[in-house]
Amino acid sequence: MSQAETLPTPAPRPGVLWQLGLFRSEFITVMRRWRTLALLAVLTGVPVLIGIAVKIDTNGGGGRAGGGGSGGDGGGPAFIAQITNNGLFLVFTGLAATLPFFLPMAIGVIAGDSIAGEANSGTLRYLLVAPAGRTRLLLAKYASVLAFCVVATLVVAASGLIVGAILFPLGDVTLLSGTTISFTEGLWRALLIAATVALSLTGIAALGLFISTLTNSGIAAMATTVGLLITVQIVDQIPQLHAIQPYLFPHYWLSFADLLRDPVYWDELRRNFGLQGLYVAVFGSAAWARFTTRDITA
Amino acid sequence: MEELPAVISTHGLTKRYRGGQLAVDGLDLTVPRGSVFGFLGPNGSGKTTTIRMLMGLIEPTSGTARVLGEPMPRAVRTVLPRVGALIEGPALYGFLSGRDNLLRYDSADPTADPRTRRDRVGEALDRVGLAAAASKKARAYSLGMKQRLGLAAALLRPRDLLVLDEPTNGLDPQGMREIRSLVRSLAADGTTVFLSSHLLDEIEQVCTHAAVMTRGRLITQGPVDALAARSRLAVTTPDTADTVRVLKELGVTDLETTADGKVTGDLPPDPVPDLADLNAALVAAGVRVRGFGLERASLEDAFLALTGEGFDVAG
Ligand SMILES: Nc1ncnc2c1ncn2[C@@H]1O[C@H](COP(=O)(O)OP(=O)(O)OP(=O)(O)O)[C@@H](O)[C@H]1O
Ligand SMILES: [Mg+2]
Repeated sequence: MSQAETLPTPAPRPGVLWQLGLFRSEFITVMRRWRTLALLAVLTGVPVLIGIAVKIDTNGGGGRAGGGGSGGDGGGPAFIAQITNNGLFLVFTGLAATLPFFLPMAIGVIAGDSIAGEANSGTLRYLLVAPAGRTRLLLAKYASVLAFCVVATLVVAASGLIVGAILFPLGDVTLLSGTTISFTEGLWRALLIAATVALSLTGIAALGLFISTLTNSGIAAMATTVGLLITVQIVDQIPQLHAIQPYLFPHYWLSFADLLRDPVYWDELRRNFGLQGLYVAVFGSAAWARFTTRDITA
Repeated sequence: MEELPAVISTHGLTKRYRGGQLAVDGLDLTVPRGSVFGFLGPNGSGKTTTIRMLMGLIEPTSGTARVLGEPMPRAVRTVLPRVGALIEGPALYGFLSGRDNLLRYDSADPTADPRTRRDRVGEALDRVGLAAAASKKARAYSLGMKQRLGLAAALLRPRDLLVLDEPTNGLDPQGMREIRSLVRSLAADGTTVFLSSHLLDEIEQVCTHAAVMTRGRLITQGPVDALAARSRLAVTTPDTADTVRVLKELGVTDLETTADGKVTGDLPPDPVPDLADLNAALVAAGVRVRGFGLERASLEDAFLALTGEGFDVAG
């Protein structure tokens, strides 16, 4: 923030709201794109599909084989079995199903497009001569991608909660460790999990932002970011490559399930946060170094 | 208010793009305060590149540039709020309305007051004649409407300097005329206007000063009058051969004869002969004179004389 704040301005010293003007404008602009709305629609749809699949499955009487089209592995099945008893578990299942791919893909698209898309349309040069300030613009862009991480996660969670409440009973929550907590406390845990999931996405958000500063093509930046995500997810599954896996940003993503234990098992959660912080620091600085020195000719 | 620094001054400003293209080569440009400055040059001569350097979008390879007395690109944050710019045509968010486009650009300026934002946007739209189309999505704008919206973005606040890269591109004759009168009224309010254009009579009509570039180099700069001042003697006559002979004897140089019976030439500079004496000499030599007088060369002639008439763009 240093550069953005120490620079002299001819006008009287503006207030906080004034400083947030660019971020607000940025976030509103992102949210008004069709692409963003389409991504959010897909994210809303995942818990709906899972909910309906589980409902049909249980009505058909055929036991409760987990699956139902959810892409979730790891934490997934443990939740999915509980959905019929408690609709709140659809929130957890929905997040577990979207975290490996749909959520980060959405973030990759938004982050990848953030700078490159504006360079592509030429609006970047007008923002810079406004003058937005390169550091300030980059911060506003990253902040708005982070805000989108929160919105996207909340959309999945809210969709899961609503569909879960409609299709299944709600009630006390039996944790993975076997303890039972009240529904209200279950809701708090759900919120905590949503926050954790949103935080898990900060790494790929920084990566996408960096890639976005490298090119003048929004499509290329989005495709590269999503391509990297897929590659990393595949590498994370190959046993022979276990040596590098702890350094891959999705490696500890599903550790959010540990928040459903009593006591909470913090080990992997902490590692996840540390890893995301590392990615934010490395790719955030790289994006800054690149963007503040780059020739804007588009 | 005495001896204010030039609004734009560059020294040895040079840009070599990655890939080796030398786009601007040792530019020494001085734009006086209060002028309407025309920046001329054939395609690819480095006008846009110069403007990009002045606006801090690209880093010069060498040399320095000062805008409003401050070094660029270092002073971007203090200088650019006082500068309105249209660079290489407008760029808009197609999915936003014209008004929302301007609101977005205005909120990018940290020194713009959000409390007056809506009013200022409305005034800028009025000023470029877009008030009626303000709620239309920019995607649905015509070329000229986009150009006007780009101009409106440059006029969101009172500016000390306007930098307009081909501002009349795509405009209809009324639009061009409005832009001309807009530029004049802004200049009358004390705004310095720096505009690049290919339309030379445009420049001739509004500019007080001009500079001409080719192949990245500045050939000339100064008041428009001085640039276009080169006047030629023109004699309309059926006896062209005799006319040429007599005028040559009297020291007129660079004589040319056109097919429709007109002889033109440059008067000797020192001492400038009296036109009446020249005419008398022609008549005395038996030349039948139909028309006689000085023709003021247009800026276009001056431009072509300076940049060469070749149509091909320099590589
Ligand atoms: N991004 C770029 N990378 C490499 N070379 C460039 C780039 N932009 C421009 N050039 C080259 O620099 C030279 C000057 O280009 P510039 O755009 O400044 O010309 P111009 O005077 O604005 O032309 P026009 O009248 O056509 O707008 C040209 O030879 C062009 O090919
Ligand atoms: Mg140009």
